[in-house]
Amino acid sequence: MRAVYKRELRSYFTSMTGYLFIAVVVFFIGIYFMANNLYYGAPGFSTTLVNVMVVLLVAVPVLTMRSMAEERRSRTDQLLLTAPVSVSGVVAGKYLAMVTILAIPMLLSCICPLIIAANGTSQLMSDYASIFAFFLMGCVFVAVGMFISALTESQIIAAVGTFAALLTLYLWDSLMQFLPDVLSNVLGLFSFSSVLYNFAYYSVFDVRGVVLYLTLAGLFVFLTVQALQKRRWN
Amino acid sequence: MIEVRDLVKRYGRHTAVDHLSFTVEQGQVYGFLGPNGAGKSTTMNIMTGYLGPTEGEVLVDGYSMADEPEKARRRIGYLPEQPPLYVDMTVTEYLLFAAELKKVPARARSGEVKRVMERTMLADVAGRLIRNLSKGYKQRVGIAQALLGNPEIVILDEPTVGLDPKQIIEIRALIRALAKEHTVILSSHILAEVQAVCDRILIIHHGKMVAAGTTEELERQLAGTTALEVTLKADEPAGRNLLRRVPGAGAVSYRPGAAEGESTFRVESRRGDLREKIFQACAAENVALLGLRSAGMTLEDVFLKLTADDGAREELPVSGREEEDEAE
Repeated sequence: MRAVYKRELRSYFTSMTGYLFIAVVVFFIGIYFMANNLYYGAPGFSTTLVNVMVVLLVAVPVLTMRSMAEERRSRTDQLLLTAPVSVSGVVAGKYLAMVTILAIPMLLSCICPLIIAANGTSQLMSDYASIFAFFLMGCVFVAVGMFISALTESQIIAAVGTFAALLTLYLWDSLMQFLPDVLSNVLGLFSFSSVLYNFAYYSVFDVRGVVLYLTLAGLFVFLTVQALQKRRWN
Repeated sequence: MIEVRDLVKRYGRHTAVDHLSFTVEQGQVYGFLGPNGAGKSTTMNIMTGYLGPTEGEVLVDGYSMADEPEKARRRIGYLPEQPPLYVDMTVTEYLLFAAELKKVPARARSGEVKRVMERTMLADVAGRLIRNLSKGYKQRVGIAQALLGNPEIVILDEPTVGLDPKQIIEIRALIRALAKEHTVILSSHILAEVQAVCDRILIIHHGKMVAAGTTEELERQLAGTTALEVTLKADEPAGRNLLRRVPGAGAVSYRPGAAEGESTFRVESRRGDLREKIFQACAAENVALLGLRSAGMTLEDVFLKLTADDGAREELPVSGREEEDEAE
């Protein structure tokens, strides 16, 4: 797992994808931070993060699209899957590498609440809790992207498919309105963005939501392992 | 070392590997020979644990590939048909990564990488990006990767495909050298290659093993079917009719290319020497016998015959009986 993790992390920085992802996310965090907090003087950094969520919908597919698809296309998966390591080790290594990349802009954004605090009233607790929730949400996005990438050899299909899946998660609550009550009561439990809203708008540490995020991330990592295993037996 | 038991791999309705069984013994070079699409790569992918079999099992040193994959895989170095290279890494970086993946201890890693690079003559491209290497060098990086961790068994899938003649000779010499320390299994659809490099040959066709043994054994197994090349002063149907009626004659096949008014046939014998009988038959029919010479079976004939799709296969050794006899 360590070998895969180190290789993946390095490859994100030799192929520019890592830099691009970090640059885009940081750039948009900066823009919204400047507009919301510095220009209009909103005290909460958390509301800024809600705006940045849309950026992740586009940026995460770029980060995850090649993770599994490219291995399969260039047949390097034959090296990984015939080495004396487990499939879950390979998947975990890759996932953690992408989560590490995601963590970098998150760590940088930790400065923003401090800037607000230095210039007036701030809500540090709520802001840092929101950054944490936002990071977990990104982890779910990355897991979904990795899973979709494991289903195809084409990076383009992986990217477009991931974007569609993430957009669906983003629109989840609004989509529920169109379903009959019976369905929306059940599916509404998976209400995705509302978890972040609870953190950001109501300053609530939504434990149920954190559990939901962790469960979804774990589920998609597990499904990725299963997708790779299944391909063996086809 | 490797025992393959009753392996079957189906893709939907297509059967790629059909009840394949064989044993690989230590210290020899094995050649998988078969036309394209015979199931060689699939078999190798199953032996290395990349694919799972539909039925059957693979044992490496007694460890089952299905139940104890990590122990089994540790004993195998594999070069797939397309070398599994990360082109954005340098040769050294890549090999260090592969060494870590193969659980070479951290302290031994750089020494191990150096050893395989010397072995495969990669030292002068060590710092170059794999993307920029020629096909021959890429293949060598792939072989170097397979040798990391000093596995007992090295499996190479078509190691010389796409190389120029000089590179082919180099890779073959390398394979022969590897055979001193490892058990090597390679696949090829080129007969000359297998003949040049391998101690034992397994011929695979439509996912089945059609013959197995050393080059000499395979040729000897067919010695029973001696064949003659006969040239007659007659047209094709007449000549064929005449030769078919010779007592003891087996398959008669027309060989194009004879001069006008003449025809050449290959006649297989079912029992004994046919030369005298052919002479007498020609004399009785008053047909001039222009040429008569023995046409022995070379390994190439064996291969072509075994992998031909039309009949005449029943007389030939089937499904590695030879192999089992030796194992007992």
